[in-house]
Amino acid sequence: MTDDYMDFHEALTAFEPVLGLETHVELGTASKMFCSCPTAFGAPANTQVCAVCLGLPGSLPVVNGVAVESTIRMGLALHCDIASWCRFARKNYFYPDMPKDYQVSQYDEPLCTNGYLDVTVATDEGPRNFRVEIERVHMEEDTGKLTHAGGDTGRIHGADYSLVDYNRAGIPLIEIVTKPIVGTGSLAPVVARAYVTELRDLMRSLGVSDVRMEEGSLRCDVNVSLSPAGEPWGTRSETKNVNSLRSVERAVRSEIERQAAVLTEGGRVVQETRHFHEDTGRTTSGRSKEHAEDYRYFPEPDLVPVAPDGAWIERLRSELPEIPSVRRARMQTEWGISDFEMQALVNIDAVELVAGTVAAGVDPSAARKWWTGELARVANERGVDLASLPVTPATIHRIEELIASGALTDSLARRALEGVLAGEGDVDQVVSARGLTLVSDDSSLLAAIDTALAEQPDVAEKIRSGKVQAAGAIVGAVMKATKGQADAAKVRTLLFERLGVAE
Amino acid sequence: MAIDGPDLTRQSAATLADAISSGEVSAEEVTRAHLDRIDSVDGAVHAFLHVDRDAALATARAVDAKRSSGAALGPLAGVPIAVKDVLTMAGLPTTCGSRVLEGWRPPYDSTVVERLRAADMVILGKTNMDEFAMGSSTEHSAYGPTRNPWDLERIPGGSGGGSAAALAAFEAPLAIGTDTGGSIRQPAAVTGTVGVKPTYGGVSRYGLVALASSLDQAGPCARSVGDSALLHATIAGHDPRDSTSIDAPVPDVVAAAALGDVRGMRIGLVRELSGEGYQSGVQQLFQRAVEILTNLGADVVEVGCPNFEYALAAYYLILPSEASSNLARFDGMRYGLRVGDDGQASVEDVMSLTREQGFGAEVKRRIMLGTYALSSGYYDAYYGQAQKVRTLIARDFANAFEKVDVLVSPTAPTTAFKIGEKVDDPIAMYLNDIATIPVNLAGNCAMSLPIGLALEDGLPVGLQIMAPALADDRLYRVGSALEQALVDAWGHLLIEEVPSL
Ligand SMILES: [Zn+2]
Repeated sequence: MTDDYMDFHEALTAFEPVLGLETHVELGTASKMFCSCPTAFGAPANTQVCAVCLGLPGSLPVVNGVAVESTIRMGLALHCDIASWCRFARKNYFYPDMPKDYQVSQYDEPLCTNGYLDVTVATDEGPRNFRVEIERVHMEEDTGKLTHAGGDTGRIHGADYSLVDYNRAGIPLIEIVTKPIVGTGSLAPVVARAYVTELRDLMRSLGVSDVRMEEGSLRCDVNVSLSPAGEPWGTRSETKNVNSLRSVERAVRSEIERQAAVLTEGGRVVQETRHFHEDTGRTTSGRSKEHAEDYRYFPEPDLVPVAPDGAWIERLRSELPEIPSVRRARMQTEWGISDFEMQALVNIDAVELVAGTVAAGVDPSAARKWWTGELARVANERGVDLASLPVTPATIHRIEELIASGALTDSLARRALEGVLAGEGDVDQVVSARGLTLVSDDSSLLAAIDTALAEQPDVAEKIRSGKVQAAGAIVGAVMKATKGQADAAKVRTLLFERLGVAE
Repeated sequence: MAIDGPDLTRQSAATLADAISSGEVSAEEVTRAHLDRIDSVDGAVHAFLHVDRDAALATARAVDAKRSSGAALGPLAGVPIAVKDVLTMAGLPTTCGSRVLEGWRPPYDSTVVERLRAADMVILGKTNMDEFAMGSSTEHSAYGPTRNPWDLERIPGGSGGGSAAALAAFEAPLAIGTDTGGSIRQPAAVTGTVGVKPTYGGVSRYGLVALASSLDQAGPCARSVGDSALLHATIAGHDPRDSTSIDAPVPDVVAAAALGDVRGMRIGLVRELSGEGYQSGVQQLFQRAVEILTNLGADVVEVGCPNFEYALAAYYLILPSEASSNLARFDGMRYGLRVGDDGQASVEDVMSLTREQGFGAEVKRRIMLGTYALSSGYYDAYYGQAQKVRTLIARDFANAFEKVDVLVSPTAPTTAFKIGEKVDDPIAMYLNDIATIPVNLAGNCAMSLPIGLALEDGLPVGLQIMAPALADDRLYRVGSALEQALVDAWGHLLIEEVPSL
């Protein structure tokens, strides 16, 4: 069965969306949530496991104190209340990616509750702010990773066999759940994206996670419902495991378009989980939630309650770093740019890249020029994030350094960057491999000038007679002869000296 | 202390340790004597599921070598011990009395086993038990019942019947048990041995395959109060691998057992744990023991614990709830039994077939009870209410311990019953633990020690002493005084009267 879709803007004329986002992020702790196994990504399957994270009979969990601290810091940065006493719970269900057939999570006693996160999105009328209310922030352990071989669905049903890697089992996760987000209208997809972006930046600035999205360390469950204006909220769908910023935006958009079509045709939105497909940007039906699975939650008896000391919480609060929105405001002032210009940087996720480039010693306007110009264009062409280009703030700094010293002209600098983007190495390697050195040696330039003058005696005569605008033809010939690796201004000066003509 | 008589298997652990330490006998001789005893009687008793002859002898020889090198030996070095098959031990199977774990060899030692090894004790093997410690008779073991050395037609109690029977049959001088609702104490009572459930958190649960995490506690099983104290001191104490382990000094149980003086102590008789349902011989011996305590100078009063009435009902909601979750991992995916994996069957089918064939009837009964009690819509009425009862029972204990230092009761309402007598009547089976369950629910500590043979059937009867959390030493103080008075009266420990096999 294929889904019908209604045009996005038409959908939003008829319906108002309500969003809810549940974001799971792997914390950047050195060890797992309940054992001392390492958490590094990419190790051979089942090499970072022990009796505890394999759930071997008799093993017992012990809470990772750093994970608790990270969660509290995240809660504080989100303006949450921190529970003075809370417990873990067991979520019971049978699945082979869970060594114990239950997941240790927090259920009705989350560590952090009732916060908010402010986000800004660009609109035609300029930047607009939304306050996203946070319901809860809690801790849990990740499951193992299943890989299904054979079959065509990529799921356990119909697979010939499945492999499980428990390296991921027990990795500490933080789950951030929003309250229903209302009133976003047609901005719903960008608000969703801006929220997840802001959350990511917040976690990075707190140092609780480096949020390696390409490794799947951030996964978002996107809840969307639609209802006609003024009516009670509609039935929601839950699109699971959306794991990039762009996909979050597309998933919201697609669900709005799909549900609007269903409702307009007089249908009923089914409460279900859906799967997002990167290739089509569409979602497909997963498991129905009409008969909700009973997880038989109960307090985890193997763990004692988490009871953070008030003084400790206050110390953590006082030690919180500058949060991204405050930092952005400060950067904007320091760089002397407008709201609009700042929002442009936010939109292409370039704030930290520019900040890093400035920190490396590059002038803010030059730093901005590189990232929003040439680099943004290439990222767009390649359909990737700016941050995943093989260019770093250090690259830009080196290029600017070479320009300032006169070793590179603007056009040589662009060719150097092109080489770096093509994966030819760092700036110095590209300059030397491509031979992008400026011909600055006067004698070789003079030789080239002499050759050009000899080849174009009429032009030489014109210049001598005071027609200085004719100099362009000689300078052009010299640039061509030096394959563009000469400084045109310098060639010009040398040419007039040679001919004894004043400029 | 000199070895009294030729048979090394009839000595106390303390005597053996002294003899080994002084060089009077070698640890190897002691171990061989026990392995020989196991060879000759365990066919009839079936206390052991696995005997680790080679490793036991190797450990014994290492102890002897350590002694001859002049190194100091610990208080139980070289003494053999049997371990209930619910604690992991690298190198031997751990089955928990279940088919579902048949053949599983854990790659790690439980903390208790680690401490036994560190104390240079000689682990003889693993003892039989009701499947996953669910039962009061050891009849629910998937590997066949254990028999009571006092009468081979009778049950040795449960779930730790194997450990208790091993002591009563002189196959081991010490054993480790675990007690979730009485599984150390009730077997001790019906086999004429001593068993202690330490304060919850007193002994690490790391490596104890969980039945009900909030109730389970490992503890010592012995033939005398003094031996129990030595083993208690060896295994107790904080373990960072168990979050519920108490980070506080272990009460000096060895000194308390040596003191054995109840003068001036206030002892409470629990009104609710007497009368109807208690066999007459059990009541008679209990009353006589109370008289002895009074004569020894204790101040004995009656104390009411009104909520104990609800303990059994609460226990049979909390235990199955936790068990249903703890036992979920036995799904055939990673270790142990796997049934129905023919290359076609789905994961769900293999999980269900494995669990259907791997678990016995009692285990399935409790998994179903627990799954139901935790279901959404029933949670508050069952699990939630049971937790409230638990709080009330803890409050009953707290009130009682404001008036008295310890409480006493019969350990079990009856002496050992016949194998097969109650196996089809779960409620009758559950009632065996009526007096032992309140302590598990409240998390405090208790001991059972033998107080004589019931007039009507000549079988052992146990008395239970209950003390507040972290006051385990009081159990030993009272237990030792009572035991000494009984030994003075009888001329020997009750266990000396066990018929020879
Ligand atoms: Zn681990």
